[in-house]
Amino acid sequence: MLLLTCPCCGVAGEETEFHPGGEAHIRRAGPESTDDGFSAYMFQRRNIRGVHFERWRHAYGCGKWFHTARCTQTLEIFGSYSAQTTEPPAEIIAAIRARRPEWEMPA
Amino acid sequence: MRRYSAFAIAREALRQHSGWETAWRSPEPKAAYDVIVVGAGGHGLATAYYLAKNHGITNVAVLEKAWLGGGNTGRNTTIIRSNYLQPASAAIYEKSRSLYETLSQDLNYNVMFSPRGVMMLAQTESEKRALQRTAHANRLAQIHTEFVDAARVKEIVPIINIEGPRYPVLGGLWQPRGGTARHDAVAWGYARAASSLGVDIIQTCEVTGIDRDARGVTGVRTSKGPIACKKLCLVVAGSSGVLAEQAGFRLPVESVALQALVSEPVKPLIDCVVMANTVHGYLSQSDKGELVIGGGADGFNNYTQRGSFQHIEETVRALIETFPVISRLKMLRQWGGIVDMTGDRSPIIGKTPVPGIFINCGWGTGGFKAIPGSGWATAEMLARGEPGDMAGPFSLDRFTEGRMIDESVAAAVAH
Repeated sequence: MLLLTCPCCGVAGEETEFHPGGEAHIRRAGPESTDDGFSAYMFQRRNIRGVHFERWRHAYGCGKWFHTARCTQTLEIFGSYSAQTTEPPAEIIAAIRARRPEWEMPA
Repeated sequence: MRRYSAFAIAREALRQHSGWETAWRSPEPKAAYDVIVVGAGGHGLATAYYLAKNHGITNVAVLEKAWLGGGNTGRNTTIIRSNYLQPASAAIYEKSRSLYETLSQDLNYNVMFSPRGVMMLAQTESEKRALQRTAHANRLAQIHTEFVDAARVKEIVPIINIEGPRYPVLGGLWQPRGGTARHDAVAWGYARAASSLGVDIIQTCEVTGIDRDARGVTGVRTSKGPIACKKLCLVVAGSSGVLAEQAGFRLPVESVALQALVSEPVKPLIDCVVMANTVHGYLSQSDKGELVIGGGADGFNNYTQRGSFQHIEETVRALIETFPVISRLKMLRQWGGIVDMTGDRSPIIGKTPVPGIFINCGWGTGGFKAIPGSGWATAEMLARGEPGDMAGPFSLDRFTEGRMIDESVAAAVAH
């Protein structure tokens, strides 16, 4: 059972209180994009075995979306942060590095 | 390979079973192969077997990072059915189901195929209409299914509670020639038959990198050293994303946990497979008497082969409502597997952006039933270098072209 903390309302809860929303920080394909670019945006996923940045919604709470850094191999959660950003903030990166010194932010 | 037969049992009985051979060879890898298949699950082994049997390509290695059939092939609930809505799916799953009918004879290995019938329940009006539509589509595809009313469901499955209260049974899609098979035996049977045709099955050999030059794939790096190949086929289900990254491309696939559980063994009480998609639960009884129970997949990416607790509760709660008679059974074991889900809930069989690398993945929660057909179609693709009629619609570029094979709506949930 994952224990997540919502950064919007500050409530911590079990995963049943939240709804998973898939990979975070996906860059939207614009009107000028190619077919390949659009299908990459729409369907292709990193599907990382390791540290994964993902979206969650506090479905049975404040209802807001937020982001979480979590390891898909150990289910360890490194922290939650606001969804109003295009990349993980420095403190989340630091929290991951504190536990995984060899970890590199994937390109 | 010494054949298994009644005569062989009698012969061995007379010499205290000293003459049984190992079922398959475990050779050291050669320096190079024509084809390397990564992943010795059902799909990988079936691919290797049909490459050798149908196409005469025997310079083939199947590489497996752990032990043979230890992934999803050994973790599923063994349901075999072909009642799919879309023509492309119906074709490959029905091919698969029909191969299962004679698989024990083909492989000379008892896979215990048991065409006991699969009942897919309709528990809402919309589900009833969807399953009626599927029955019509199946009839067009010459797949024997029928939509039956609630009274007939009760006749086929006497322990079912058709009255609800939350989700009364309104009818069901009945496929009399669907059923189950022994999942390990399917992997072992394909391994033994492929090995006897000259395929090298190499276990505990993890692929750690994929070598390529400007023209395409040249080989793989493994925990047992580098191995060269002309063609490479990735058949690794939940780990597809990891290998695709090594090869330098991305897939429209996400890996999530799906779990199953079995009850304590009891006397025979249900002689078919029942799937209740609205309430997320499916049930059959194994030959040992255990009730084999499956439920919904988790929603988040996961590589731990272990599912969330609440799904067990959800599944069991739904099944107790549908089958009140099982309410006091104890559950014995629970386990999870990592399934690779695509956007349209249909598999991918096709070429990849790297020349010489082919892929077979995305079977999601329903790969076991497809093993023979998938191996057949993948072997054809590897032999010809191009997908055949059966694999064609499942190519990777359907996501770019918008040619979805939408089974997520058709199958509601469980697949």
